[in-house]
Amino acid sequence: MTTETIISVRGLEKHFNEGKLKALRGVDADIHKGEVVVVIGPSGSGKSTFLRCLNLLEEPTKGKITFENVDITDPKVNINIHRQKMGMVFQHFNLFPHMTVLKNMTLAPMKLLKKSKKEAEEKAMALLKRVNLADRANAYPSQLSGGQKQRIAIVRALCMEPQVMLFDEPTSALDPEMVGEVLDVMKHLAEEGMTMVVVTHEMGFAREVADRVIFMDEGQIVEEGTPDQIFSAPTQQRTKDFLNKVL
Amino acid sequence: MESISIFEQWWLAIEPLVKTNSLNFWQNIYKEIYMNVIKDDRWFSYLKGLGVTLEVSFYSILVGIVLGTLLAILRLPQVQNISGKGRGFWAQLGAGIVHVLSKLAAGYINLFRGTPLVLQVLIINFGIFGSIRIDKVIIGVIACGLNSAAYVAEIVRGGIMSVEKGQTEAGRSLGLSGVRTMLYIVLPQAAKSALPAMCNEFISLIKETSILSYIALTELTKASDYIRSRTYSGFTPYIVSGLLYLIVVLTLTWLIGKLERRLRNSDH
Repeated sequence: MTTETIISVRGLEKHFNEGKLKALRGVDADIHKGEVVVVIGPSGSGKSTFLRCLNLLEEPTKGKITFENVDITDPKVNINIHRQKMGMVFQHFNLFPHMTVLKNMTLAPMKLLKKSKKEAEEKAMALLKRVNLADRANAYPSQLSGGQKQRIAIVRALCMEPQVMLFDEPTSALDPEMVGEVLDVMKHLAEEGMTMVVVTHEMGFAREVADRVIFMDEGQIVEEGTPDQIFSAPTQQRTKDFLNKVL
Repeated sequence: MESISIFEQWWLAIEPLVKTNSLNFWQNIYKEIYMNVIKDDRWFSYLKGLGVTLEVSFYSILVGIVLGTLLAILRLPQVQNISGKGRGFWAQLGAGIVHVLSKLAAGYINLFRGTPLVLQVLIINFGIFGSIRIDKVIIGVIACGLNSAAYVAEIVRGGIMSVEKGQTEAGRSLGLSGVRTMLYIVLPQAAKSALPAMCNEFISLIKETSILSYIALTELTKASDYIRSRTYSGFTPYIVSGLLYLIVVLTLTWLIGKLERRLRNSDH
């Protein structure tokens, strides 16, 4: 792990309903290259909003986000180009139901990276093999289990060869017996050195895979540190209360 | 002797009875069919009328789909909320134009859904094209197409809104632009869910072209009306044209049903 900063967040605020709901109240964070950062916290703490701000799916109300030294909150910046380098995985998979698995994976590389069909499909098949789903290449999403869908969603994002992967509660919508297969894929990805920001309720995953754990509550970062620090010796009362409830 | 068709022979057989008004039930039906369909090749008038009806309907549907989809997109919340803030003069000008177009689209839809089609046809024919000689088929296509677009707009908008927000987010998160996400991801799914309502709209449109007989366009209804004015039969010409409408509509329903089943392939 190097200390090169890939995403830097300063004074990030996000308000909904014309300021009636303040989801984020000034968040500062740095994500370093090759680092796995797991964001935990009670529901409504703003952790998903924080993640969705990183690729501007939510437009920040205030604050600055720098990705690879470019201020992506600047309206003059073409966010589409930067999003190509930030893969995102959603709680509800969001595969395109009218396309086969292969088409799901090759659409963006062909349109955006100008890859030929053959090139894009080769890359997609190689990734499918890695998650043991090569035999489902021509299936439609509705023919897959939840765990399969999420693994496809992960490799679909990887087809764009991103610098960072953002995971928004990737296992929350899965049946318990399918959580493992998705976490395994994420673990392998982490081992290969992918920079990852993961919002999750899987404390086991956080403890095992994270380089750093961020605990958020009420739109702020309450505490952050190594998994050992956070899980074994939290310093803040709110962190202790939360961990008591979930562990 | 010149050979005459079987229909003529049958007619000659009952003709004396017509004068004495002593036809039985079946002979009477044959007389109606002969007078209104066979005599003077009148069946050809129905077919010509049907041709005009299909022509006007086809082009009106095309106009309706293209214009309606544009109107629907202009009415979407994400388009109405476009902002050029901080992006320079041209972006702000573009956003301003989109805002104006969006308001105009709403007004257009209200106007064309809120007034009778007959009035729209009359205004376009006698008002707008009153002093210009122009093919009535074109006037029919303009009137029916503009009217249909207002309904199609609401159908397409409903279809687009029925596509989950997550689909757009997934497209955008891959780096696809808003336009491409709409084109490749949202619209294909919207089309599928809008298909039944769209089928309804096409059926309505085909039948509503009969209103064009108001401006003396000889489509199917007008054609049968002309025949009525020659034969004084109050039922038969209209029943013939009615059957032809029915055949067209049922065929269309069958075709769209097939299309729906094909699109459902990805749903099992």
